[in-house]
Amino acid sequence: MTDVTPTDSGEPQESATATAVEEVAPDPHALDDAHAELLARFENELGAAVLDTGKAFGMPIVRVQRNEWRRAAEVCRYTLGLDFLSYIAGIDWMPAPKEGGDDGGSDTSSPVQPTETTYGITGSDGRYQVFARVQSTHGNVGITLKVDVDEDALLVQSWVPVYPGADWHERETWEMYGFVFEGHPALRHLYLPTGFEGHPLRKDYPLLSRVVKPWPGLVDVEAMPGGDDDAEPAAAEPATAEEAS
Amino acid sequence: MSTTNPPLPEFDIDPRAFRTLADAQMGVELDTGDMILNLGPQHPATHGTLRLVVRLDGERVIAADPVIGYMHRGYEKLVEFRTYPQITTLINRIDWLSSFANEVPFIDAAEKLMGVEAPPRAQYIRTILTELSRISTFVLFLGEMGLQVGALTPAFYGFRDREHVVNLIEAVTGGRFHPNFNRVGGLKDDLPWGWVNETRTVLKKIYDACDTFEDLVAGNEIFHARTKGVGIIPPEIGAAYGVSGSNLRASGVDWDLRRDGAPYLVYPDLDFKVWTHPDGDSFARYWVRLQETRESCRMVLQLLDALPSGPIMAKVPRIIKVPEGEVWTEVENPLGQMGYYVFSKGATGPFRVKIRSASFSNVSILPWLLRGVFVPDVITILASLYFILGDIDR
Amino acid sequence: MTSALSFAVDIGWGTTLAIKTLVILMIVPATALILGYTFLLKMMSHMQSRLGPMDPGGFHGWFQLVGDGMKFMQKEDIMPAEADRRVFAMAPMVVVVSTFLIFLVIPAGPDIVVKNLNVGVFYALAVSSLSVIGVLMAGWASANKFSLLGALRAAAQLIAYELPLLLAIVGVVIQASTMNLQGIVGAQSAGSIFGFDGLGNPYILTQFVGFALFMVAAQAELTQTPFDMPVAESELVAGYMVEYSGFRFLFFFIGEFGTAFAFAAIAATIFLGGWALPASWGLSVGLMRFVGPAVLFAKIMFVAFLMFWVRFTYPRLREDQLQALAWKVLIPIGLLNIVATAVLKVAM
Repeated sequence: MTDVTPTDSGEPQESATATAVEEVAPDPHALDDAHAELLARFENELGAAVLDTGKAFGMPIVRVQRNEWRRAAEVCRYTLGLDFLSYIAGIDWMPAPKEGGDDGGSDTSSPVQPTETTYGITGSDGRYQVFARVQSTHGNVGITLKVDVDEDALLVQSWVPVYPGADWHERETWEMYGFVFEGHPALRHLYLPTGFEGHPLRKDYPLLSRVVKPWPGLVDVEAMPGGDDDAEPAAAEPATAEEAS
Repeated sequence: MSTTNPPLPEFDIDPRAFRTLADAQMGVELDTGDMILNLGPQHPATHGTLRLVVRLDGERVIAADPVIGYMHRGYEKLVEFRTYPQITTLINRIDWLSSFANEVPFIDAAEKLMGVEAPPRAQYIRTILTELSRISTFVLFLGEMGLQVGALTPAFYGFRDREHVVNLIEAVTGGRFHPNFNRVGGLKDDLPWGWVNETRTVLKKIYDACDTFEDLVAGNEIFHARTKGVGIIPPEIGAAYGVSGSNLRASGVDWDLRRDGAPYLVYPDLDFKVWTHPDGDSFARYWVRLQETRESCRMVLQLLDALPSGPIMAKVPRIIKVPEGEVWTEVENPLGQMGYYVFSKGATGPFRVKIRSASFSNVSILPWLLRGVFVPDVITILASLYFILGDIDR
Repeated sequence: MTSALSFAVDIGWGTTLAIKTLVILMIVPATALILGYTFLLKMMSHMQSRLGPMDPGGFHGWFQLVGDGMKFMQKEDIMPAEADRRVFAMAPMVVVVSTFLIFLVIPAGPDIVVKNLNVGVFYALAVSSLSVIGVLMAGWASANKFSLLGALRAAAQLIAYELPLLLAIVGVVIQASTMNLQGIVGAQSAGSIFGFDGLGNPYILTQFVGFALFMVAAQAELTQTPFDMPVAESELVAGYMVEYSGFRFLFFFIGEFGTAFAFAAIAATIFLGGWALPASWGLSVGLMRFVGPAVLFAKIMFVAFLMFWVRFTYPRLREDQLQALAWKVLIPIGLLNIVATAVLKVAM
């Protein structure tokens, strides 16, 4: 297992991962030396498999080609010494359809999200992505990897041969999104009961409790005891931070 | 553990001497079949609704399969329909024994995206309360691991000593279990008058309690016999499964996100030691948490001495709208590494939050870890891994 | 003095038998109650920095167990559907009967004993091991995997620890040259320690190894922590007793604490001198008829205190560690103790 130690050999940085030029305000997303070096080595190993890179608050993010997902894991574990698997998860970039249809429905309690689809830092091919994070327990580095999932095929390579801990994370991602992980020993339900239909974390799967009943904080469903009709219902408005104080 | 059957001896016996065929076979072959045992979901040893289906050969486990999800509340779906302040009420309940520690990384993520920094006093108080949560949950662990191994008394001491810390947290936040005290940009309230002195007194009590636990439990020969060599997690396997926190440090891995991770709260200014143990067995996990409790007491004393004055809330708009972006915060929660990946699209609530909870990964190693151990050792291992069901199931 | 306190009434063997039966039947549950209340409810609570029951009966909750007993008596008789009905019903009886039988030989005064058997010690050990059968019956008939695990553990454990128990007692028997419990009491009371006879010769002094062995083995025979694998609370949740509720569980409870009392009584009798005070104090037989039971009770409470103190402090040993302790440690020590006792008995 190779140790990831920061070197100050002054490796030339690629423009896509350039740390901020000294300005008045430091870039909050700037990668420190260790992370920058890790990113450079990763891109070196994977070459053309890297579709895009980005950074978020000091953490490198890399988007990898679909059929190189497992190879990326192998590079991380065996070459770069990132031995700790933090998680594997999925994301659905489609904006959630409005509860109760376009007429607004009765539930105005949820935050209003923008209706156009945007794809975050390293972009995406389509609606679905799987992202994962691996770290090193020796150095203080880690990297987040993303891969696109084809909407029609919903197939992702499994990381279980590389990181045994991927077992449960992939089971959860499968049951929540429906992505099938190739090479996983037994994709079965983890949280949900066997025989559960549907994939809850997809955006088009409605939050049933909000559909069935409007959020009770919005309006008092029952009258206050003692019948003080003048008194305002003690519900806070949902979209403000007032009820937080 | 199968028995090899001796060959059938040749002798002359009238078969009518045996009343049944079973009698005739007795002593000739011992066929022990496997038994499937369900530990849980209601079981005193599983800390909540965890179901462990084990296949036993006598008292040895051949295979174990944890079944989780009895407490799955669907947080990652729920948070997509809530605003940031509303989400703190939810995530309090992930690890309910140290609930303050769950809120802070999420609020930190929101603050990073907004470019807001909480004032120094708020950072100090957040650190103090996080460490107090750590102390409260570890003191409980020190007691109840004795209970799982069979000693009834330490559990009561654990609860009794935890009460002191929980009362402190209640004095500040108003809630014993679910404080809901963080706000984006700072904290809801300042410390009450006299709290700092009271905390110092309580920390002395906790320090003495740690000595009691060291004598009563960690020094007990039977406890050693039950926990030493039981449930050894090799460091590479542990890391590959995502086991984190005290569990990994008990296997000798010197990794603590308070010291090694991205600068977070006041930890860069604190002087503390990271405790590791080379063995990786259940006793090591107990010992590491014992030392970490003492270390946390020292840290809180340092923090109390250095507590600055000032505002506890930064200037934030009334309605919290977090600009578009992605951020990942990871912290050293009492149970291990906890992290939030927040995807924001500029609304008052997040687009997607991935909650990385420590116990999920800690428990995922059980199928590997429990092969070949005895049934009582299963209980010891479960107790020493110290997971909380809310943390596994989210 | 003696004529006022000694009296002989001729009441025929039938009446005597009836009285003795009644006394035993009443004493055993009463002893279970006393031990249960004092140690399980009060001592354990105070050790765990809490108070225990305080309300029932007004004064520190002394009525709690009696109330519990009444509650158990009126509960529904639940039996698992797949249980073997007859065996399930008989199992608690077997355990309780073995408890009753031990009390037959324990002397509480100069002639306060149900039957002064010449092989009293041997008899007491023999009947105490009957409870193993009851435990196995309970575990098997419950049709429950947890019960079965508990019963199998219990069977192995109880049989393994019979031997250290026996070996501990043999040392005393050698020293007293008799198996008769009254004889052992008399020998201790009349004996002297290197010529000083102010304290008699309680065998705990010379047989301290035997006493330790007996306490450990008794702890295991009673399936109390650190040997409570069969009823491991945090794993099997009462093991072989888990399917029992209501008055059947009451029988097990009485059996458990009654047997604890009985073993404490045996320990008090053969190691601490039983009902007798040293003979050199010159107390009359008639006085001892009244004081004897009280003295015995005090000594029993002391021994029981030791047993329960250990019970609430130590974690439990794993089954294989338990067996290793019995076979590899306790039995060799017991054998050495016997050899040493025999040698010293002959030599001195």
